Amino acid sequence: MKVNRKSVNLVLRNGRVIDPASGLDAVVDVLIENGIVVEINANIEIGSDRLKQLEQIDASGKWVVPGLIDMHVHLREPGEEYKETIASGTLAAAAGGFTSVACMPNTHPVNDCAAVTQYILEKARDEGSCRVFPVGAISMGIEGKNLTEYGELRSAGVVAVSDDGRPVMNSMLMRRALEYAKTFDLLVVSHCEDLDIGGAGLMNEGPVSTRLGLRGIPRAAEEIMVARDILLAELTRSRLHLAHISTAGSVSLIREAKRRGIAVSAETAPHYLTLTDELISTFDPVYKVNPPLRSSEDVEAIKAGLADGTIDVIASDHAPHSTVEKDLEFEYAANGMIGLESTLPLILQIMREGVLTPLEAVAKLSCNPARILAIPFGALRKGKAADLTLIDPEVKYTIDVNRFKSKSRNCPFDGMEAQGKAVMTLVGGRVVFSGS
Amino acid sequence: MGFNRKDLLGIRDLEVAEIEYILNLSQSFKEINDRAIKKVPTLRGKTIIHLFYEPSTRTRTSFDIAAKRLSADTYSISASTSSIVKGETVLDTIKNLEAMRPDVFVIRHSASGAPQMLARRTTASVINAGDGMHEHPSQALLDMLTILESKGRLDGLNIVIVGDIFHSRVARSNIWGLTKMGSRVVVCGPATLIPPNIETMGVQVSNRLEQCIPDADVIMVLRLQKERQQQMLLPSLREYATWYGINAARLKTAKKDVLIMHPGPMNRGVEISPEVADGPYSVILKQVTNGVAVRMALLYLLAQR
Repeated sequence: MKVNRKSVNLVLRNGRVIDPASGLDAVVDVLIENGIVVEINANIEIGSDRLKQLEQIDASGKWVVPGLIDMHVHLREPGEEYKETIASGTLAAAAGGFTSVACMPNTHPVNDCAAVTQYILEKARDEGSCRVFPVGAISMGIEGKNLTEYGELRSAGVVAVSDDGRPVMNSMLMRRALEYAKTFDLLVVSHCEDLDIGGAGLMNEGPVSTRLGLRGIPRAAEEIMVARDILLAELTRSRLHLAHISTAGSVSLIREAKRRGIAVSAETAPHYLTLTDELISTFDPVYKVNPPLRSSEDVEAIKAGLADGTIDVIASDHAPHSTVEKDLEFEYAANGMIGLESTLPLILQIMREGVLTPLEAVAKLSCNPARILAIPFGALRKGKAADLTLIDPEVKYTIDVNRFKSKSRNCPFDGMEAQGKAVMTLVGGRVVFSGS
Repeated sequence: MGFNRKDLLGIRDLEVAEIEYILNLSQSFKEINDRAIKKVPTLRGKTIIHLFYEPSTRTRTSFDIAAKRLSADTYSISASTSSIVKGETVLDTIKNLEAMRPDVFVIRHSASGAPQMLARRTTASVINAGDGMHEHPSQALLDMLTILESKGRLDGLNIVIVGDIFHSRVARSNIWGLTKMGSRVVVCGPATLIPPNIETMGVQVSNRLEQCIPDADVIMVLRLQKERQQQMLLPSLREYATWYGINAARLKTAKKDVLIMHPGPMNRGVEISPEVADGPYSVILKQVTNGVAVRMALLYLLAQR
């Protein structure tokens, strides 16, 4: 089926429908009409006259899941369109199986006012291939000094606030952000990094950083802020979401906070589940990311945190950079990796390892981020918008960055043997991606 | 076995036999430096570019003399006189220089790993003349040659490296080299200057110099950069000198044939006292002399490739 920006009427036959929101995991049909899920049932009967207006797709052997949601991406527009645009980033999202993304505010200019939020939403409407949910800045210019206008940002369409890319170093500002965000029912997303301890660092602190002579970022740089923000969430009784968790200690802190009933949620990224700091031995800047790749003990702890629900979400932290920022000495290269087109196969790999069941794996990429962002997506439900992803869980292939829709190529998984990918992505019944 | 690499990037990569081969060759080159006419035609027609992104007097001069004594043509580019200040990337610089067909690049860079990256991107040979806090292989080789000459061996010795281990590429290269050759290495300094997990490199850690001195066959004293005080690593140079400075009183418990080494440049009165630097145990100037021979050997091995 060709990419078709008009909504289509179709029936997906005999797919394995995995909808964690309802707990459904069964081989059934899904009928979509006028952009809406009309029926989810076994052997949906369709009269012969209606059948002519419907496209029938044989989904046997495939998974039919709610449209995937990536709650942490950098689309780089406005300001760094040579790295990514809203058009290219959302096309990459669609190709990776995502129907919704939340984009971080560290653009140029920063998304710290309604005008920038509206610009992003208009671009997404006109040129986008998936739904875009802007995240506004916690502080003006992400400078960590004054709060942005949360009321105006909320009205303009932001779903959360974050200074992502930088921490809120001032504890009083963080307290006020959490309190004030409650007024407008905004989620606060924290980038946990103590810059005094970790700011000069280039990679995880440990045996590898010592051997390579690269300044370290201790795990404590993240964990100090995870602990602080949990305490502030408890103090203010506000909702807190912790972005890109990378250490075993953070997992323990979050597990304990949840046990105590604090309203905290957390995400990790695929690279913290699959890569370690040993890879930096060649000084290849493709492995430079913040927070940094950690040790295999951290990887195992994060998997355990995913399995027991401590970590709610997997998000790509898609961070496009061009060779201008990346093809440099390790020390001078920019932090960040792209992930929109490699997240799904990596999560399927984690699932095949037995870390997550299929229902859990899909939940981390759909209903969980939807619940945290309080957006009405992430579930397959009769009467709701037909955002869904068709996944071929078996297909084996080699990840090739040169085939990515993203404008950037800074993906550490290039060349990796993968199994499973999105083969069709529908947003509101529109086919935004179709491939084999 | 000989030495068949394109580049010399670090001691960690080297086999024991390769280190022995380089040291043997260095000893044979030493004699040239004592002649009245200190020049042989060995590398005539070879082009060597010294690319220094960080200031250096000793290493740069040593490489330049080594190259010229082998009759190579040498060119020096430093951060202050080249396109580096105009914002050209290091890759563009090396690609442009490569287009002029040099045989060897000798590269010093303040960023760890920069010579490794450049070596992958050029067909010319690369010698790492010091990268960030990572490695300084020619320094470790000249240190090993100096120890070998004085002690007659490189195995079974107790080596103490004192001072700012954290920031020291000299320490890292010597740790790899000396442990490979069968010596025991202790790194000694205040905890703030000992990098985390350094014991995974095969050394022991001590914070008390006085406990290290009696067993030491060799004491390598590292330069303490005065800016470390501002980085919350040290309360004062005075306190550092009191606890970790090498002076005559400290050496009273030392072995009679202990060697005192320093890669330079020295802060006299901070990490080393003048009477020790200039005293009978010191082989600091022999290190410098051996540096030329070691660098002749390295240039010979790579330029002949």
